[in-house]
Amino acid sequence: MSTEVPYTNQDSLLANLRHVIEGWGRAVIDMVDAVGDFSLFVWQMILWMTTSRPRRGTVLSNFYSVGVLSLPVVMLTGLFIGMVLAHNSYFQFKSIGFESRIGAVVNHSLVRELGPVLAATMLAGRVGSAMASVLGTMRVTEQIDALTSMGANPIHYLVVPRFLACVMLIPALTIMADFTGIVGGYFYSVVIMHVDHSQYLRITRDVVGIYDFFAGITKSFFFGAVIATVSCYRGFHCEPGAEGVGRAATTSFVISFVLILVLDLIMNILLDAIYFSFWPRGAKLF
Amino acid sequence: MPAKSPSDRDRLFAETESIADSFEDAYIDAEQLFDGEKQTSPSSDDDPQSKRQSTSKSPQGNEVLVESVDLSIIFGKQTVLDRINVAIPRGQTLVIIGESGCGKTMFLKTLCGLLKPTRGSIRFDGIDIGALNEIEMTKVRRRFGFVFQNAALFDSMTIGQNMAFPLRQDKLMPPKDERALLLSRLADVGLPDSVLPKRPAQLSGGMRKRVGLARALILEPDLVLYDEPTTGLDPIMSDVINELILRTRRKYPVTSVVVTHDMHSAKKIADRIIMLYPVSRLERGESQILFDGTPEELDHCEDRRVRQFVLGEAGERLMEMRANSSGHGDLETPNLFDLIKK
Repeated sequence: MSTEVPYTNQDSLLANLRHVIEGWGRAVIDMVDAVGDFSLFVWQMILWMTTSRPRRGTVLSNFYSVGVLSLPVVMLTGLFIGMVLAHNSYFQFKSIGFESRIGAVVNHSLVRELGPVLAATMLAGRVGSAMASVLGTMRVTEQIDALTSMGANPIHYLVVPRFLACVMLIPALTIMADFTGIVGGYFYSVVIMHVDHSQYLRITRDVVGIYDFFAGITKSFFFGAVIATVSCYRGFHCEPGAEGVGRAATTSFVISFVLILVLDLIMNILLDAIYFSFWPRGAKLF
Repeated sequence: MPAKSPSDRDRLFAETESIADSFEDAYIDAEQLFDGEKQTSPSSDDDPQSKRQSTSKSPQGNEVLVESVDLSIIFGKQTVLDRINVAIPRGQTLVIIGESGCGKTMFLKTLCGLLKPTRGSIRFDGIDIGALNEIEMTKVRRRFGFVFQNAALFDSMTIGQNMAFPLRQDKLMPPKDERALLLSRLADVGLPDSVLPKRPAQLSGGMRKRVGLARALILEPDLVLYDEPTTGLDPIMSDVINELILRTRRKYPVTSVVVTHDMHSAKKIADRIIMLYPVSRLERGESQILFDGTPEELDHCEDRRVRQFVLGEAGERLMEMRANSSGHGDLETPNLFDLIKK
């Protein structure tokens, strides 16, 4: 007996260690698997998008639901975020006597950051999760199989129009969010807080350049691509049952939101690097 | 895209050869048939396969249309289908029976290329469908009709758009002729014209299933696959579906594969019945196909497991299920959705 006890101890320790290593290994394999699967999905989509034209009927209905139906909610949130931003910065700036510079802060952060991210978030919530649940339901009820069996490639028929709608319309939605945000910020600062009208506009014009505006629009393209691909992928790989569809919808939102923010950081660093390499002294473009 | 033309040429070659086998004077006959095909059915005018399609109307009925060769589907550690060899002649109605989870539906989906086999191949009309690219596969799929378990009608479309989907997919028919065809096909499955503008959600289960059948048959496919066509229907509606399957075969020489566990309809519609058995329950070295024969032979089959299935007796299964209730045995049916992911 006395010789067996340390042996089994060692044995179980080894077994535990093996379990831990196996667990890590499996997690890594699963992750690589998922990334590879997603890349293949995106690659197939790109192939279909570049080799054959999408069907007209599918494109228009998706453009309508992504663009037209998202417009009110994007404009409304833009308006309020502009006012909130103005409200919060006003008191900070007033305490150091700089309230006339409020326009610079409000409009710069709107055009550069909040407009694109806000439009993307609304789109991920409103359109992305709807895409995931529609495609998920189609998967669960064998409608995707039915498409394939009737000679329509589901990626060409379902994913490509959704991707095009997101990528092509998110810049327009971003511009609308920027616009209503600027209007909201102006209204709150000038009309309610009585900041000087001409000062507000002049300082904004000095600080916010056309490069900031284009940086925001450029980012939004990538956000749109992320929303469409992640949501469609989650829908296509939906698990059976109502729970599976629900999970596809929520995970598609969570994943695309996280990716939007990660991408936002990367794109900001990149865009600033581009800006400073062209205009090293920080000169304003236009 | 550049791969398209050489492979088309290969196929034309293969077709010419097969036609030469069946006819004395291959070229003349092929041309005549091709012309005739054009006039009668606009559904396949530019398709080179239409030439071969017409050979199916030849009197020799025992030519194999589709066969599985050493077909295996393995999911993780579990074997769902194990080296299945089934050859289905033209014009035959094959019914596949077997308990839930034995791989019937997977076999059906593999037959039409919706699932890729882990090993082995499917040969449709002499072509290995696993070796085809997307464009060639689309052409072959035009010759299949699939009737899904819950009809799988597109929710976002009306019944008319659903039925016309295969036609519009290939722009096979001018829109003005479409409506007449849809109405005649609706009448075939016993539905009124008024359902055309409705949405699938507004129809009952039996009506949806009949629309699914009409949609699958709209291109007059060579091979129709039915996935549990009578499941979830009342006895009368089940028999209506059976009659429709029989009537379709009388109307034109279609080959059908029906997956079901409804013994009444199996006996009614089948020329031949195959019973599959879950691999995990087989004894070593046994074939997964427990029975292969006519409905009459099924009644006289000696195998205990076949008899139990036909008569619907649980036998000692309940005891086994209790013994295996730790999550093995009957519960280890793999998830079809994981396999469909491509």
